[in-house]
Amino acid sequence: MGTLQSSAGHPLYTELSEKTGFSAEQIAVLHKRFKQLSHNEDILRRQHFDEIPDLSCNPIRSQITEAFFDKRNFSRSNEGKVNEIGFEEFLLVMSHFRPPSQSMTQEQRENVRREKLRFLFNMHDTDNDGTITLEEYRHVVEELLSRSGALEKETAKSIADAAMLEVASISVGHMEPDEFYEGITFEHFLKLLDGFEIESKMSIRFLNVDATTLCK
Amino acid sequence: MAELGSARRLPRFGFLLMLLLLPAGSALEEPHHRTNGSATHKKAFPVLDFNYEHVRIPFEISLWILLALFMKLGFHIIPRVSHVVPESCLLIFVGLLVGGIIKAMHDKAPILDTKLFFLYLLPPIILDAGYFLPIRLFTENLGTILVFAVVGTLWNAFFIGGMMFAICQIEVAHLGGVSLLSCLLFGSIVSAVDPVAVLAVFEEIHINELLYILVFGESLLNDAVTVVLYHLFEEFSHAGSVTMGDAFLGVLSFLVVSLGGILAGVVYGIVGAFTSRFTSHSRVIEPLFVFLYSYMAYLSAEVFHLSGIMSLIACGVVMRPYVEANISHKSYTTIKYFLKMWSSVSETLIFIFLGVSTVEGPHNWNWLFVVFTLVLCLVSRVLGVVGLTFIINKFRIVKLTKKDQFIVAYGGLRGAIAFSLGFLLPDDETKHMFLTAIITVIFFTVFVQGMTIRPLVELLAVKRKKESRRSINEEIHTQFLDHLLTGIEDICGHYGHHHWKDKLTRFNENYVKKWLISGERSAEPQLISFYNKLEMKQAMMLVESNSSARLPTFASAASLQNVQPKEAAPRRAIPSISKTREEEIRKILRANLQKTRQRLRSYSRHDLFMDPFEDNMSEVRFRKQQVDMERRMSHYLTVPAKRQETPSVRKVWFEPEHKVHTYDLDDGESPAGLSFRPKPRPPEGVDLVDEDTPQNTNQGTAQPGQEEKLKPSCCLSDPGPNTEEEA
Repeated sequence: MGTLQSSAGHPLYTELSEKTGFSAEQIAVLHKRFKQLSHNEDILRRQHFDEIPDLSCNPIRSQITEAFFDKRNFSRSNEGKVNEIGFEEFLLVMSHFRPPSQSMTQEQRENVRREKLRFLFNMHDTDNDGTITLEEYRHVVEELLSRSGALEKETAKSIADAAMLEVASISVGHMEPDEFYEGITFEHFLKLLDGFEIESKMSIRFLNVDATTLCK
Repeated sequence: MAELGSARRLPRFGFLLMLLLLPAGSALEEPHHRTNGSATHKKAFPVLDFNYEHVRIPFEISLWILLALFMKLGFHIIPRVSHVVPESCLLIFVGLLVGGIIKAMHDKAPILDTKLFFLYLLPPIILDAGYFLPIRLFTENLGTILVFAVVGTLWNAFFIGGMMFAICQIEVAHLGGVSLLSCLLFGSIVSAVDPVAVLAVFEEIHINELLYILVFGESLLNDAVTVVLYHLFEEFSHAGSVTMGDAFLGVLSFLVVSLGGILAGVVYGIVGAFTSRFTSHSRVIEPLFVFLYSYMAYLSAEVFHLSGIMSLIACGVVMRPYVEANISHKSYTTIKYFLKMWSSVSETLIFIFLGVSTVEGPHNWNWLFVVFTLVLCLVSRVLGVVGLTFIINKFRIVKLTKKDQFIVAYGGLRGAIAFSLGFLLPDDETKHMFLTAIITVIFFTVFVQGMTIRPLVELLAVKRKKESRRSINEEIHTQFLDHLLTGIEDICGHYGHHHWKDKLTRFNENYVKKWLISGERSAEPQLISFYNKLEMKQAMMLVESNSSARLPTFASAASLQNVQPKEAAPRRAIPSISKTREEEIRKILRANLQKTRQRLRSYSRHDLFMDPFEDNMSEVRFRKQQVDMERRMSHYLTVPAKRQETPSVRKVWFEPEHKVHTYDLDDGESPAGLSFRPKPRPPEGVDLVDEDTPQNTNQGTAQPGQEEKLKPSCCLSDPGPNTEEEA
């Protein structure tokens, strides 16, 4: 690991470290991986992701790949998609998976939760309109079940429908006969996954990423 | 049958009975004598005879079990006591009482014989715990649990043993005769956290699942360590000296014992799962397979001195997912209830016998020894937990807080396993001293720690068990997160926890399931089975409540028609369907009904209520209600017309019934006509890609739906008609 950190890389790393919260070593390791994925270029494209062999058996790989090119995950105010990303964007997306440190206050934890849930929300909400509609949710469930082969579309639909109903009942409670439920907004999404403890579940250990495992 | 200890059994109850029956018997014999009273010595034919010896053993065993059960009943009738004092304490107390009574009659009471304990009383408890072990939580925390179980127990054993030896060296104690190895043996016996005691106490305080699984998992896995240490030190104390080679063999032995035990369990589990694949024609004996395979796994492991507990757990864990997919719902219920029943009785008996044995057993009270044992147990436990947590927290994502550490340390209860192991020691003075000390420790942990843990938990505001609301959204997101994290790990190139878990799941789905699960369920993804179970639950709730006015819980609050697009203009145009199309629809619906029925048959998980498929009337009603619920649930989740690509497909799925209904409404009959016959067909997977189905069924649903809301019970009064009846 010592050979990775050249003195020229340091200022860049410290800046990134502040932005994303990774430590310098973690950034170095991820940079190495980035170069490996992009064949030593400076930008990643979608086809680079398709080349990862393990990812091909993942049922939601397309959504994962899209998440990397979604501008909403780079900063809060952007919208839309890009076709290529640099290392900084790569890191920004990865930073959503950092585990919360033990020394955080309750408020900081809450912010971390919101960020992670926001990431998930963006993954579901593919048309950027701020709500997860029934159709989008159905798509999610279908993707999840797509690995198991012969699937009845109707079952996926009924599962998604039941889930939507549940969201409606949790978020809005009793509704008047002429109201209707358009889709899951972010606030409803937060309420839905309230007890889920996502800040600990949606985390990857970046600490012990050994350089040797990157030789794939 | 198991010997209940030594020569004379408990005859008190039998004696009383004898006293009652004897006069009766003799009174009846008298008349015969008198009537027959000739000079013949011929004994009169005994109308009523008395032969207690014949049934003594099973009789006494049954009496003991009855006593245990009465105690359990009694505790719950007196609510206030059972709230303060955990049941285990009360049971030991009862045991003390009974032991005292027996002793007062100068009788020898049955003691907690080692063979009885390990072969008959312990396995049901462990199997119950292992079969229903929360796997996900267990594997997520496996590292932590293993560290506590292995390293923690080793530390406890050596610390206690070593310190006790140092204590014994003190002149005052007159304990010079106790060798180091004996002390280490003692240390290894008394250091193990006991699963029975932990279960008994923790189950009552409803602590959060993480802590529960940590302490309980530790108590299960430390069995291997205890077994190895015990046999090691026992051998060595005969041999007299230890060499480096012996120590190395000890380590090797540990690996063999634990891995061998697990292997034995896995083998039996797979065989059991495979057997369950073929039991579709003899459902009645299905539970027996589960029990016997597990018990055989335990016994086989014990033959080779492997860890029986780990074998039992491994067998239950491996067998469960496949067996549950194969067996009928009644068998599942049977298994669940039998396990609970046996483990409950076992636990009760263990504690009672512990009390009886305390009164009975030869004691050798040595103040110094006992007090120091107690103190050292506590100290070493606290030190061990704190030290290990410090190391473990470096590797955990969810760190263990000080409160968690306190509960883990405080929850390290000793129990009957320690007592039974102590009982196995060769009979001499030191054995009695050890036993006394062990019993004191057990009493202290169970009484003091058991009673105070509940107020402490409340005082420290430790997180309690979350009321599991098992929603489908959480299930979806759990799976989604699994895949997401696996994907991210793959992108990072980091072969972490999720990567391997994903590989294992895929292996399971692609190969193992095909072998071990019969029929079409082998290809079913977990999300679907979860959803179906949920659906079944709802349907059953409906049947049980027998009222359709109450909508199922997870669809209840929101008025269902609200999940609906604004654009749905309630137009009344209802086009007709051609006859051939209708025939097609019916055929498909009928086929799907068969499939549904088959699926429903193998799922239900809930309380023993009348099996809907055994009774025609209730079957029809059940189907109708399930269908009704389905219809109402799915009614209004219509996607706005402008957003769909294939309106026709979706429409047909949603309302096959309505399709038929609207067909009948063709002549402009009022919506009130909905109150006529419903069609008992579940709207399951109708996959009609049908272009000329009416696009306006969308709108058609809006209208009848509102009426649906007003007339909830319309469809349930009459049984479903024949499908052919349709005009």
